[in-house]
Amino acid sequence: MAKPMAEIKWQELEVGCDVVEPGNSAEYLTGSWRTSKPTTDPAKCIKCGICWMHCPDAAIYQREDEVYVQNYDYCKGCGICAQVCPKDAITMSEGE
Amino acid sequence: MEAKRKGIEVSIAVSEAVMQCDADVIAAYPITPQTHIVEHLADLVANGELDAEFIPVESEHSAMSVCCGSSAAGARTFTSTSSQGLALMSEIVYIAASLRLPIVMALVNRSLSGPLSIWNDHSDIMSIRDAGWIQVFAENGQEAYDHTFWSFRVAEDPKVSLPVGLNMDGFIVSHMVEPITFEATATIKKFLPEFKPVRRLHPDKPIAMGAFAMPEIFTETHMAQDMALKNSMPVILEAWKEWKDLTGREYKPVETYRTEGAKTMILTMGSASETAMTAVDAMRAKGEAVGLVHIRLWRPFPVADFRAAVADCETLVVIDRALSYGFGGPVAGEVRSQLYGQPKRPRVVNYIAGLASRDVQPSDFVEMVKRGREKADAGREDGYEIYGVRS
Repeated sequence: MAKPMAEIKWQELEVGCDVVEPGNSAEYLTGSWRTSKPTTDPAKCIKCGICWMHCPDAAIYQREDEVYVQNYDYCKGCGICAQVCPKDAITMSEGE
Repeated sequence: MEAKRKGIEVSIAVSEAVMQCDADVIAAYPITPQTHIVEHLADLVANGELDAEFIPVESEHSAMSVCCGSSAAGARTFTSTSSQGLALMSEIVYIAASLRLPIVMALVNRSLSGPLSIWNDHSDIMSIRDAGWIQVFAENGQEAYDHTFWSFRVAEDPKVSLPVGLNMDGFIVSHMVEPITFEATATIKKFLPEFKPVRRLHPDKPIAMGAFAMPEIFTETHMAQDMALKNSMPVILEAWKEWKDLTGREYKPVETYRTEGAKTMILTMGSASETAMTAVDAMRAKGEAVGLVHIRLWRPFPVADFRAAVADCETLVVIDRALSYGFGGPVAGEVRSQLYGQPKRPRVVNYIAGLASRDVQPSDFVEMVKRGREKADAGREDGYEIYGVRS
């Protein structure tokens, strides 16, 4: 968005609150919702991509060394990646 | 179509008006007493008289959803419903206004269940009072016909872009056969320009409609919607003025009948107003200073016109055709609120009458005026009374 949401005045809204700027949901960092943080141990990761397939927020990506890690801007900490990892390479730490 | 005057069922006249508006999409589910409107529209489309998509949806929730989609794509869109149908679609009724989609819906007013009833009162429309639609009441067939054009004209004006609900009393108006003056389609074309949406879904300029709003912006969206509805008033008045210039028939947000010097006024909405006029004539003939105020425009509420209309009366007898359980009549509640704090204001007495088409005769209005004045004189004008209830 051209302006931070909390600064937009009512007169500045589009008719019907249309979103006219494609892709701007990327500006909303849902990672701030997280209460539990997943971390991948690169030594245990076999680069299978099962966590990447299961992540409901597309918040897992493959690094240059092919290890799958989390994008904390969008990871909500649901823990599905840790559950599905066949090598227990992902651990959840509470309160982060 | 050429101009003509013809005896016709009001529902059929409304359908013919929708045809004269050259609607593009009609999505509706049949429900009593709206049925004849959509049945006749289906005929007009099937016979090739109206070049439109008629979408016979599986429910009213789908009807309004289809209307949102077609209006968002830039199509002139019409639907009609009553009572339970309106209740079923109500989720999308609110969204249509929030999306600023200029859909026109004929609301053939019928009681909301329960108990199940197919007859007429205003409990259905009151259930979407706060949905953000422009809401108007037609009191007879001519008004219903005229306001079909007016509804599209106001809804689609780029300064408005809001849905319009055209209310008419079920059976009492919708199924009446009465003489109606039809305007030539050439006249309608002068009044109702081609629909040019302020924005629409189109691949050349992608937009998202109906997005999620965070708490940081939700309050601003409500301010914007409230201002859009209030700012529709000049367009509403301009459309009525132009209709009068074209046809000679004049409409106002708040109508008055024989209110000159009236100490007591009856307040009504919908077809009961015409019965009340007969009662006013009878009381005036006996020398009583009684008049009638009838509200045509329910939303945006014409506050200034209403206050001016009742400024000189002492007692206002408000007839509600719906009941907010545990509170009273919704119209009386609103007018009391609009009068509170005014330096000079009438005493407001409230009767609930005419539920589910219970007959309200001119003599009943005379009785409510008499008893209303007695109540007010005794300082008991607060609250409400269900008129004619057996006990």
